[in-house]
Amino acid sequence: MAGGIKKFVVGCFDDEAVLFPAVKNVRRKGYKIHDVYTPFPVHGLDHAMGLRETSLHTAGFIYGITGTATALTCISWIFTKDWPLNIGGKPHFALPAWIPITFELTVLFAAVGMVLTFCYLCQLSPFVKKHHFHLRATDDLFVMVIECTDKTNDEEVQAFLTAAGASEVNVQVAETGWWLGRYDREQKLYRELEKGY
Amino acid sequence: MNQSFELPGSYKKWTMGLIIVGAVALLYGFIMYHPFGHSARGVNVSGTRFWAVLLQNSVYWLLVVNAAMFFIGVTTLAMGGWQVALRRVPEAISSVVPVLGVIAFFILMAIVWGGHDDIYPWVNEATVKSDKIINGKSGFLNPKFFTVWSAITIGLWSFLGYKMRSLSLQSDQDGPMDYETGNAWVKKNILWASLFIVFFGLTVGSTIPWLWLMSIDVHWYSTMFSWYTFASTFVAGLSLIALFVVFLKNNGQLQYVTDEHIHDIGKFMFAFSVFWAYLWFSQYMLIWYANIPEETGYFKIRVQGPYRGIFFLNLILNFGCPLLILMKKSSKRNYTLLTFMAILIIFGHWIDFWQMVMPGTMYENAQIMPFEFGIALLFIGIIMWRVGVYFSTNSLTAKNHPFLKESMIHHV
Repeated sequence: MAGGIKKFVVGCFDDEAVLFPAVKNVRRKGYKIHDVYTPFPVHGLDHAMGLRETSLHTAGFIYGITGTATALTCISWIFTKDWPLNIGGKPHFALPAWIPITFELTVLFAAVGMVLTFCYLCQLSPFVKKHHFHLRATDDLFVMVIECTDKTNDEEVQAFLTAAGASEVNVQVAETGWWLGRYDREQKLYRELEKGY
Repeated sequence: MNQSFELPGSYKKWTMGLIIVGAVALLYGFIMYHPFGHSARGVNVSGTRFWAVLLQNSVYWLLVVNAAMFFIGVTTLAMGGWQVALRRVPEAISSVVPVLGVIAFFILMAIVWGGHDDIYPWVNEATVKSDKIINGKSGFLNPKFFTVWSAITIGLWSFLGYKMRSLSLQSDQDGPMDYETGNAWVKKNILWASLFIVFFGLTVGSTIPWLWLMSIDVHWYSTMFSWYTFASTFVAGLSLIALFVVFLKNNGQLQYVTDEHIHDIGKFMFAFSVFWAYLWFSQYMLIWYANIPEETGYFKIRVQGPYRGIFFLNLILNFGCPLLILMKKSSKRNYTLLTFMAILIIFGHWIDFWQMVMPGTMYENAQIMPFEFGIALLFIGIIMWRVGVYFSTNSLTAKNHPFLKESMIHHV
């Protein structure tokens, strides 16, 4: 339960060609877009939403050089200090022979590290649940979710989304963060909370 | 739409200047270095130097400009659309192939039929008879086969490249294409591109580096050598494309080329620098590990002999710098940095070719002095001249190419 419970206006779009101008208009109007859920990665949508560049590659670079350093220190310590072996008359510090392993560990560290970081950033993990604003977002609907603040008039936002071409508009009160457990219990909780709004 | 591009005066001045400087260097070498005297190891070293430098430069620049047509070929066969907006640039570069091809052919013939066994030991019949290893290779390494295959190679590179360019230029004349004509045009393009690629694989991918470069160290062989040479020239060719694209963008041309295209060229330069390093290492490590005398001879003079500095400089210029500098997205989109890296890579692979040719011909007497750079400038000047002619006589955008729309909306 990280984010707290908030109120959202949800607009569903059938077509990405309608979605793009809608995103642009919503941002120009000054509404706060919580997120846009799409069935497939839409090129340029991150740019249209004004999302900042991901820093996942910087993390990947750091994991990569960690792997390089780990491999080189481990192998050089083992073969020169801990247990020097004469292999085919080669010098103990046999750098060319270590390059393949160094490369493998670089790739391994970078790949595994980036996958885990990606899961962390997206809050993906077994048993972790998040609120679904619309189930068809995983199938054929483009779902734009606008977060309501104290000053937001949700009727006005709904009308705005309908005018922007949304095929379905509703208001939802939902947990913004993740939780452990089952969906149905939480849904019941929202329905009760919703009465309060 | 860019019907004609007037080359800026400074470009023409630079072209003329480079050709004049290069011609002076060539003339100086011709008079001072006794190129037609008898040369052997330690005898008339400057004569060897003259031919070795000409061989290195003509082969390097010819393979670099030919790599531009390889770039068109592979992107065509992969049904790539993003490069169409800048397609005329590699086309222009590949139009230098016939010019440099003729020059390189004359130089190769002068070396082989002039009996320069200081460059190619296998042209000396007495050596071939007495040397068991060279004798075993003489079915492949002999002047007649060398001549015929070099002529066929340069002729077919020129011809197939000419077909690809004329198909592209023809589309400018014929007006916009509907679905049927576009389809037929793309298929025709694919046919010629695939012929070029197959022949490219038979030449640059295997036989040509064996004949032109690897036969200098005639006792030695490496199965990686041709791919290594190919990677070297391909990444330099991509850098040359990047340079001319940046040049045209700075002159207000190529209006459909955006930062996205520049970014993709940068990615290619980055990726093929790593590919080059991979092949370099694959060749080096196996020889180092096996430690068989007949194989290590090639690297002994380079790693432990007088070429030690160049050997490591080669790695730093062609692998270290591109890896670290071109890794970031922002550096691939930065015109200044990309130009700098392109020049660095072209120079780095020129050094790479220098260390392929010199140890086997010049031994401990090799030099990188004004003469070497002067000859390189001559070839750069010729490339600039021919590319400039192509730019100023043809439209810079393949406006009727069926994939142009795809290129215009290209987004990474």
